Amino acid sequence: MTTTALLVSTRKGAWIFRADASRTTWAVDGPHFLGQIINHLVLDPRDQLTLLAAAKTGHLGPTIFRSTDWGAHWQEAAQPPAFAKAPEGEIGRVVDHTFWLTPAHRNEPDVWYAGTSPQGLFRSADGGATWAAFSGINDDPQYRAWMGSEKDGTPDGPKLHSIVVDPRDSGHLYFAMSGGGVHESLDGGATWRVLISGLNVVDGYGFDAANPTFHDPHCLRLCPSNPDRLYQQNHCGIYRLDRPAESWVRIGKNMPEEVGDIGFPMTVHPRDDKTAWVFPMDGTEVWPRTSPDGKPAVYATHDGGETWQRQDAGMPKEQAWWTVKRQSMCCDSHDPLGLYFGTTSGELWMSRDEGRNWECIARHLPEIYAVEAAVL
Amino acid sequence: MKVLIPSALRSYTQSAEAEASGSTLGELLVGLDRQYPGIRFRVIDEQHQVRRHIRIFVNGMAANGLSQLLQPSDEVVIVQALSGG
Repeated sequence: MTTTALLVSTRKGAWIFRADASRTTWAVDGPHFLGQIINHLVLDPRDQLTLLAAAKTGHLGPTIFRSTDWGAHWQEAAQPPAFAKAPEGEIGRVVDHTFWLTPAHRNEPDVWYAGTSPQGLFRSADGGATWAAFSGINDDPQYRAWMGSEKDGTPDGPKLHSIVVDPRDSGHLYFAMSGGGVHESLDGGATWRVLISGLNVVDGYGFDAANPTFHDPHCLRLCPSNPDRLYQQNHCGIYRLDRPAESWVRIGKNMPEEVGDIGFPMTVHPRDDKTAWVFPMDGTEVWPRTSPDGKPAVYATHDGGETWQRQDAGMPKEQAWWTVKRQSMCCDSHDPLGLYFGTTSGELWMSRDEGRNWECIARHLPEIYAVEAAVL
Repeated sequence: MKVLIPSALRSYTQSAEAEASGSTLGELLVGLDRQYPGIRFRVIDEQHQVRRHIRIFVNGMAANGLSQLLQPSDEVVIVQALSGG
């Protein structure tokens, strides 16, 4: 019998929800790390046992915890992600928190990648015990210029996120920075190239769209069924890229005008590269980033972004001002597929029929930062 | 010397007090980390600065930095600042 697990990271700890294959009743396991800020809790799909948790508290510095028994016991990293010590007299950067965790290719069983705030890229070759910096990103003058200052990022700090590994090639990597654009490596991270053509930047300020510093990708996803296809929810719209093409296409232009194409998360169907989901939020005036008009909905495309369908059955019809962060929407691999999202108001929602109907499966959690699904 | 440990760090020490030695505050924290691996990085960042929401007192006075000299009879207190929510 299969088990479906949801790994829920919040501002005050982490929870694991488990259901059988029917996904009708969810058992709660948690809190883990009560009171700690958990930005990402991720299962290693290569062994389906190992969990990594990116943690910090309001007072203490950031670290990584590892469990090989589904959270019964946790071991702290001996050397968490940290920037290089700056030469005397210079101001060096300090990792505020690890924001994103990605298991590497299936042929590299102990390798993980981490993205931090402020922007940094790190790699572990020992299952998360020690982390080495990609100095070609973290300390490179050009990349540092593109990263901008801490004032250029999101309110809780600029982030390196969406570390994506091509399932066909362990050396083919992508990552995104908010701000700083999308980047690609074909040699395991030794060298990188910018991938921002076709992406819009904020209008009205004369920003140069050719400069990565003005680009704010929110969430980058690669289609498992077609690794040449990427989708992206950006600060400035929803995009698709079909490699080897180099230029993103703004498929968000096909969203209803009154809803727009602003948001944080995006998720893709594991077996159908034409199907993806977004959670639109209000990007008008002062950018509330809540469900437009207080009427939450997921929007689905089944044709690669040519058309979009509203999916809100079971959700509140008014006065629901939800925010869903970039790591807080995901899917499982069942057929029909289950979709999940968590709100910053601490509600966990699911659909077991690919978005047609929705129900709330948990309330009263702390602010949800990330939701990951696993089928065991 | 005696080091008082805030609640947020007692998962490392299993105690509100620890014993460690060092001729400077920086050495003391390195020694503490040898006994309780990982504790120093939660308090001191990679630029060798005390983290923003941590304060360290020596004999009731705010420490002047990691180079502050210590005597074996000193009492060191690590405090999580009054912040958060």
